[in-house]
Amino acid sequence: MATHTANHDHSARQRLLRALHYAAVVLLIFLLLTPLIAFLFNAFSFRWFYPQLFPTELSLRAWESIVAANSKVPEALWNSTILAVAVTFSSVVIGLPAARALGLYKFRGKRIIEFLIISPTIVPGIAVAMGLNINFIRWGLAGNLLGVGLVHLVPVMPYVVLTLAGVFANYDPDFEQQARSLGAGTLRTFWHVTLPAIFPGIVVASLFAYLISWSQYILTFLIGAGQVITMPVLLFSTASGSNNPLIAAMSLVFVAPSILILVLTARFLSGKSSAIGGFGQL
Amino acid sequence: MTFWDRWRIPIMLAPTLAVIVFLFLGGLAYGTLVSLGWQPIIGRTEISLRAYHSIMFSEQYAAVFWQGLALTIWVSVGSTVISAMLALATALLLRRTFIGKRLATFLYQLNLPVPHVVAAIGILFLFSQSGLLSRTGAQLGLFDFPRDFPVLVKDKFGIGMILSFVWKEVPFIGVIVLAVLQSLGVDYEDLARSLGANRWQRFLYVILPLVMPGLLSGSILVFAFTFGSYEVPAILGVRFPRTLTVTAVRFFRNPDLNARTEGMAISVIISIIVFFLVLGYMWLSRRTVRQD
Repeated sequence: MATHTANHDHSARQRLLRALHYAAVVLLIFLLLTPLIAFLFNAFSFRWFYPQLFPTELSLRAWESIVAANSKVPEALWNSTILAVAVTFSSVVIGLPAARALGLYKFRGKRIIEFLIISPTIVPGIAVAMGLNINFIRWGLAGNLLGVGLVHLVPVMPYVVLTLAGVFANYDPDFEQQARSLGAGTLRTFWHVTLPAIFPGIVVASLFAYLISWSQYILTFLIGAGQVITMPVLLFSTASGSNNPLIAAMSLVFVAPSILILVLTARFLSGKSSAIGGFGQL
Repeated sequence: MTFWDRWRIPIMLAPTLAVIVFLFLGGLAYGTLVSLGWQPIIGRTEISLRAYHSIMFSEQYAAVFWQGLALTIWVSVGSTVISAMLALATALLLRRTFIGKRLATFLYQLNLPVPHVVAAIGILFLFSQSGLLSRTGAQLGLFDFPRDFPVLVKDKFGIGMILSFVWKEVPFIGVIVLAVLQSLGVDYEDLARSLGANRWQRFLYVILPLVMPGLLSGSILVFAFTFGSYEVPAILGVRFPRTLTVTAVRFFRNPDLNARTEGMAISVIISIIVFFLVLGYMWLSRRTVRQD
């Protein structure tokens, strides 16, 4: 009889704990999602007076002004996309050989090289961009996409190289030797042997290169000198106004591609990847 | 030894190092020169610490600098500590097996790709005096007017900035910790349990030491980022005090090119502080982790 009561108490306590756990998870997710829900409310609201909790009048005005003829959003989207694609592609091409060297070989001064490559993640970007600004003006690189893209490489390179070096650390270069001994040239070997093996790493590296470039505000602002309008630059200047529906709609347009890309590439991503640190730089 | 054998590694490293050396180190070095008064464009070539002295000790700028420094340290240290603790707690929450775990974990990570500009705006929508929280309070009869709601954004204590950083960084550190927890499995804890360790002891002596390296490395990145971040304090800050980054950018954008010297000096100070705090933190954490 006594044991029966003890068991009963035990399972009641278990049930209570499980209920508390669920409540905590629901609260956590709610708190994390409310700011995002606030964007949806604002983006479709019209004359949303205090103290109404939900907008009573819905409107597509903000969205109409985004696609209107005088809207700067299409230009900003175009600039952001061009930049992110170019930065992603060039950072992978530039970083791939270095990642291979760091992942496969031991050599003198390796730790110093690694430290150098990681250092842009620690030093704030404004110091770098301010220092480059004057010289970029002199070299004709300020106020255009080329200059802005070059500066975006600084925060992007550490994550691309780290991610790819991690892949090369578990890579067996003997397969390349075998392909070559069977008569494959350098390009064919790379295309058919190396690339498939490191593909997941390239996906993750590209994801972070794209996200960091796409979200970059201060470097674009300081080097673009007001001439290069990207989505974050446009959003930032809109946010200093008071048109909440427009600010919200623009924010949604800005984050939608990032969230979509994350969802599509999530299966290549693990929390143990060193690249995950890239999320902290957005 | 052929040419290729000897030079292979330097050649492979060259493109990446070119970016780091010319753009990153070059930018920093030239910026440091500017902060020392070097601006040949406007005919200034003498090197001095005048700008550093001016921002730290002149009557005009001393308060802006020191109060700005205090705010910057408060916001970055506060955000990092709160985020790290909540990240650990929420990672432990999501680690247990429960129905809907996959969905919960997915939603937990949803804000990772959201940029800080957007995070700051979201906090504005939520916590401003006419924001969602204030409206909820009004519905419950707590407030009659927006002005009754406490000032939580664009406030001089940086509460809005901390809220925005915490919202962004909890899942960021949490995902790192969660990955460590999942790779550990439950073996260590089962062992500790069989040796008679209670829940608290298992947390303190088994889980905490194992997740510590991940927790610390995530926190370093968060601290370095929040200290040098511009968007969040620019959107959620007040006129006085301003964080150091916001002050630096204001100096830099001044049409008077002489002000660039001061702006650059502040960025150099920010970089030096972050660099040494991160180095010290790494050194300290390595010692603590080893002791465990």
